[in-house]
Amino acid sequence: MGKGIAITGMGVISAIGNNVEENYESLISKKIGISKITHIDTVHKNDIMVGEISTTNEALEAQLGLSPNSWSRTSLLAVIAAKEAVNHAGITDLNAFKTGLISGTTVGGMDKSEQYFYEYFENNKAWHHINGLHAGDSTKKIAIALGLESSFTTTISTACSSAANAIMLGARMIKSGQLDRVIVGGADCLSKFTINGFKTLMILSDTYNTPFDDHRKGLNLGESAAYLVLESDEVVAKENKKVLAYVKGYGNANDAFHQTASSDNGDGAVLAMEQALKVAGLSPKAVDYVNAHGTATPNNDLSEGRAMNRVFDGRVPDFSSTKAFTGHTLATAGAIEAVYAVLALQNNVIFPNLNFKTPMQEFDLLPETELKQKELNVVLSNSFGFGGNCTALIFSKEA
Amino acid sequence: MKKRVYINSVGSVSAQKTFENDAFLTEITTHNDTTMSVINPNYKDYIPPAAARRMAKGIKMSTVSSKTALEEAGLDNVDAIIVGTGLGCIGDSEKFISAIIDNKEQFLTPTRFIQSSHNTVSGQIALGIGCKGYNYTYVNGATSFESCLIDAMIQLQLEEAQNVLVGGVDELVAHHVDTHRLIDHIKKTPVESTQLLASKTEGCVMAEGAQFFVLSNEKQASTYGELLAVGTYNSLEKAQLTGTVSKFLAENQLSVDAIDLVILGYNGDVTFDSYYDLLANELFSNTAQAYSKHLSGEYDTASSFAFWLASKVMRTNSLPEVVHLNKVAVPTPKTILLYNQYRGEYHSLVLLRQC
Repeated sequence: MGKGIAITGMGVISAIGNNVEENYESLISKKIGISKITHIDTVHKNDIMVGEISTTNEALEAQLGLSPNSWSRTSLLAVIAAKEAVNHAGITDLNAFKTGLISGTTVGGMDKSEQYFYEYFENNKAWHHINGLHAGDSTKKIAIALGLESSFTTTISTACSSAANAIMLGARMIKSGQLDRVIVGGADCLSKFTINGFKTLMILSDTYNTPFDDHRKGLNLGESAAYLVLESDEVVAKENKKVLAYVKGYGNANDAFHQTASSDNGDGAVLAMEQALKVAGLSPKAVDYVNAHGTATPNNDLSEGRAMNRVFDGRVPDFSSTKAFTGHTLATAGAIEAVYAVLALQNNVIFPNLNFKTPMQEFDLLPETELKQKELNVVLSNSFGFGGNCTALIFSKEA
Repeated sequence: MKKRVYINSVGSVSAQKTFENDAFLTEITTHNDTTMSVINPNYKDYIPPAAARRMAKGIKMSTVSSKTALEEAGLDNVDAIIVGTGLGCIGDSEKFISAIIDNKEQFLTPTRFIQSSHNTVSGQIALGIGCKGYNYTYVNGATSFESCLIDAMIQLQLEEAQNVLVGGVDELVAHHVDTHRLIDHIKKTPVESTQLLASKTEGCVMAEGAQFFVLSNEKQASTYGELLAVGTYNSLEKAQLTGTVSKFLAENQLSVDAIDLVILGYNGDVTFDSYYDLLANELFSNTAQAYSKHLSGEYDTASSFAFWLASKVMRTNSLPEVVHLNKVAVPTPKTILLYNQYRGEYHSLVLLRQC
């Protein structure tokens, strides 16, 4: 049986809370974070709903001791969540062990790039944002904010599976002995770029997203950052660390079907879930709960539902998508849902799939729509993205 | 016992004529500018024209060099595809942003948006060859390509994969160049490639390119050499550099004397080339030295061109005079060390050996 990698800290900021505790409170009290957009002046503001973090950039900057308009919102969110994770893990000297940082992002500093795209050539007021377009820039800012030096840091951009892949790489690097400890996760803010991009693909809902519902109209974009601290058994033993849960399995595959759509039968998703189970050394029956990708687009939920039916041979365990709470936070989805998977394991609770009314015609899958207390030992979390990227992660209570 | 990792093939589209594997820098293109575009292969030979029309340049360059690499390795498919890119197909990102602004968020079409996703190259290659295996894209500035190497090594050493396609790709795009000129990251006046290191001015000569390689844990006739180790460091003070290099070598049971050739990432930026000077003048003053960015230009994944150069050197047992930096003759280029950094950050060390 595959040995799990210990999770010892978590941090998150999303539309349903600025830290882990607030997120948990919202999840168990059905408090959703979907609203009209307020921070971005877009012509689509009356046609879309988003999972926006209500805190302004100015307030986030004040919290971090930065002057106004210092960073991209992605970096602000990233540093806040990463600091919470490191503090939560009780780490005082980050460089005491061979520590790495792996972050996922898709938009990086696009919010500032699109704002100053032409203005850069008129005055020098925003030139400090020019380098922020590099996706690695937010990762660099996290490393500096945490004081991580001379270390392995990298950034992954595999669309909406980015942070899930960051978690997978982190676990693999600890398993292979390359790192003793690694901070993994991702960050993405809302931007006109993504709002308009998804708008052209016609997969944005004009109302609250309804995962796995027959009448689903598409996704709500969201923004968030979430990080987890993974540590080797040696560090856990030496530091007498409290382990929150384990990364037990992981699988990555490519659907190789279409640049932006999932295949009808979810081949890539099936491969990723099967591989994650294999790495974990678990049979499908061992899975107590699936936190689905469940974006509420017609294509994803059908493809994912079919994939689950295949992997679990028609006996799909309790499942739900939490995107009705947070919106689809793109690169970060895999990390925020990893935090939710750990919270589910810690509290033996399945979070509801909100806004579900009508079962899909294509199969008889029914998500959990109410908060459900249940002894949980193994949780599977899916994340799929453009480019055919499919990732499945398995979290467990026991190593 | 960990499996060894071999470089079984190469493919390159660069500012030199490198897209055909039988030549090795026999024909040098001298650039005299502040930017360098690639020497384009005839894309029609590799991509159906209808498909090529809508393709971002990054995808086109990557298609050619990945096809070249797969063909040389004698493979139709691989177990994993891992791509490094600083900015992805940024030309499409910029076109999409300007369209958003110019058209006030109306009348937009999805193609630009889709291609601007950083993982579009790795996704397109997977689609092209029908590879359902592991698929990753690293986007971490100047260590994007080295992140791919680290990931591939873990998979090959632990036998999670037998053949992995890794690559580095970046495009040269007007808006990106223009903004980086504003902040002096690009040279203000043209530099003739042979005079790059003598320019003593700030900034680099920005360029583009795509290098792909098949890494494998099985040696074959086409093998160029062995990849021994890769290290990346997000930050390094100058005072830490030689110590870090010595420690990296020691971890691989090597001394400075064991290195036959060091390839340094000199890009002609007077402010940051001093990092390379530290190794050139101190640790490796008696070692043969080479550089490559006067040929390839600088970009986030330009270190993949140095990796290509090292592979060719190992394969041909020769060091072209055009890349030779000092007067120390190369014995047999048995063991090669690559060091790269960008603007004092994103440091990497790559260790290779003939086999």
